[in-house]
Amino acid sequence: MNKTFSIFAWAAVACLGAVAIAVVALRRGEPINALWLVAAAACCYALGYRFYSRFISVKVLALDSRRATPAERLENGRDFLVTNKWVVFGHHFAAIAGPGPLVGPVLAVQFGYLPGTLWILAGAVFAGCVQDFVILVFSVRRDGKSLTEMAKEETGRVGGFVAYVAVIAILVILLGVCALIVVNALKSSPWGTFTIAMTIPIALLMGIYLRRIRPGKVMEVSLLGFILVLLAIFGGQWVSQTESVARIFSLSAPTLAILIIVYGFAASALPVWLLLAPRDYLSTFVKLGTIGLLAAGIVVLHPTLHMPALTRFVDGTGPVFAGKIFPFAFITIACGAISGFHSLIASGTTPKLIARETETRLVGYGAMMAESAVAIMAVIAACVLQPGVYFAINSPAGIVGQAPEAAAATISNWGFPVSAGEMQTLARAVGEQTLFNRTGGAPAFAVGMANIFSHTLGGQALMAIWYHFAIMFEALFILTVLDAGTRVARFMIQDALTHVYKPLGRTSWYPSILATSALVVGAWGYFLWQGVKDPLGGINSLWPLFGIANQLLATVALCVATTVIIKMHKTRYASITLLPLGWLVAVTYTAAWHKIFDASSRIGFLAQARSLEVGTPTATTARLIVNNRLDAAVTATLVVLVSLVLFESIVAWVGFVRGSRAVFLKESPFVRTRLATEEQ
Amino acid sequence: MRQIVRVLTILREALREIFDEGSYTRFLRRTQMPSSPRAYAAYWEEREASHARKPRCC
Repeated sequence: MNKTFSIFAWAAVACLGAVAIAVVALRRGEPINALWLVAAAACCYALGYRFYSRFISVKVLALDSRRATPAERLENGRDFLVTNKWVVFGHHFAAIAGPGPLVGPVLAVQFGYLPGTLWILAGAVFAGCVQDFVILVFSVRRDGKSLTEMAKEETGRVGGFVAYVAVIAILVILLGVCALIVVNALKSSPWGTFTIAMTIPIALLMGIYLRRIRPGKVMEVSLLGFILVLLAIFGGQWVSQTESVARIFSLSAPTLAILIIVYGFAASALPVWLLLAPRDYLSTFVKLGTIGLLAAGIVVLHPTLHMPALTRFVDGTGPVFAGKIFPFAFITIACGAISGFHSLIASGTTPKLIARETETRLVGYGAMMAESAVAIMAVIAACVLQPGVYFAINSPAGIVGQAPEAAAATISNWGFPVSAGEMQTLARAVGEQTLFNRTGGAPAFAVGMANIFSHTLGGQALMAIWYHFAIMFEALFILTVLDAGTRVARFMIQDALTHVYKPLGRTSWYPSILATSALVVGAWGYFLWQGVKDPLGGINSLWPLFGIANQLLATVALCVATTVIIKMHKTRYASITLLPLGWLVAVTYTAAWHKIFDASSRIGFLAQARSLEVGTPTATTARLIVNNRLDAAVTATLVVLVSLVLFESIVAWVGFVRGSRAVFLKESPFVRTRLATEEQ
Repeated sequence: MRQIVRVLTILREALREIFDEGSYTRFLRRTQMPSSPRAYAAYWEEREASHARKPRCC
């Protein structure tokens, strides 16, 4: 009876999912309700988790709940610790959910809601969740080793080296892009700038409170910090309305960029407890709460999506970023579908906390599904805006013009009606001077989120407060990525430098701290400065570069995973990682080719350098030419390095399958668990 | 009712782990120190020494 019921229940879920996807994919000419996206996503995730992840865990990985995990065998109460699976799930989700699943989908909405939604769903179920899941399992079976170590042991030295270089490159580009998003969200915005500036003294206060007044009471101080941040949002309104103060906080993009570079250096060099940790806690507190609130808001309000399923920009002439759906939609949306960066988390803290092998399915596959759901929420938040408004916010001045009337006319001519007056009213409603040319995705997402929140709670009167709450939320956790990323990159460089001169590796030796912090901040600061000075808004060049770097890291992770699967004599199931790997290779290599060699100056770095050379020279022309050539060189270097890993892996796979190469699986030996029988 | 209490307990424990309160409690238990500014400073020193480099994703 139970089995019959189960079959009918899952058949009903499959039918509902099919209907929802059909509505999302086939409805043309009239707006659809956001609940269709929610239903399609919920059904895809449910089916993917129930059937595909189960197939992988039983047939491919043969997860064994009797096998002791490193958390049990190596328990030290510090890094290795047997932990409840839901606690690890929360921990893992909090680490993987960054600004990427919010920003990428918002940018990709320029193609319409359909391409992004389908890629987020299919990418997560068949690629992203699989990558996170298998890398987590393989790390658990290797005493919690990192991706870099596993790449070195399982595929060879080239794999380890490339993974290391790819991580550094991704971090640097990511940090540059993140900083640029914050700059674009805060330029000429006294309210936003004041609120975000206030989070620095609030974080310092939290650090001192935690250290001196109530040691270790993090949740208590995070709640206090959250209340202070809310006060800063209200204070920001006063600042924006008081002309003399507003002038102080109305900063240009270059000024903001310099301030963020100085801040990044300070956050990396200061003791971690003083600024970085409290800000991280505050950001996580706000992030978890806001994501929950947004999910509830979407379900309660179930708004209508005004963006069409497909826009005219599928032909590659989009103003947000140039390039066709294939390959650019698939590198623009990384974190919501598949992100190489996740493989670092899945082989970092998480494997050291897993109590049983079988729990990796919930943590690895399940947490990525939750992240993908966040990306779907971002698509909805962007699509509730009128398309004209969306393009007015996200189009750079270099494409649509500087003057509001000219920009509105250009966008209206594309078939997305919007007027300068309408944008002015909206800007006034959210407490901004203007919403034109606010590229980067964050302001568009904030307007969409404010729209959803204000319709659920508070009405139009609270629109400005909700908008700045959303900006604060995004900027806060983007800056947290900046703080933590700068520090992680600093540690990695110090680790490498220890082979050159031992004291350089000491994380407490100040000359080394200052030198490596300056190196990392200088590297991402260069990309930030390049983005600020770019007439096309910076995002057009830098976000695809970040997407390519991130997906190339996923390529390395999937190479490692495929190698291990073949070594486990499960070659017939290798397609679970080989197919996503093949897709990623096709996507990233094509994207890299276009970004380097495309004849269009809006797409190809070299073409843009050439068009600058023949154009009228300005004060910045020479620098822009160098920047474009550098971007082309970085992309080419990453592709060459990953090609080496791919080649090394393919040679190894052929050797293993033919039997000409000995198989040494570097797993820790089987030890029977002493934990009580698992509750099923 | 028991189920609700269980869910709330797990939620609280998850938050304690995310916010490092669990980690600090274990440090106090392991080192047999009472919670104090000195103990918290020692906890952070240990984290730094063991390269507490929790990456945050994009």
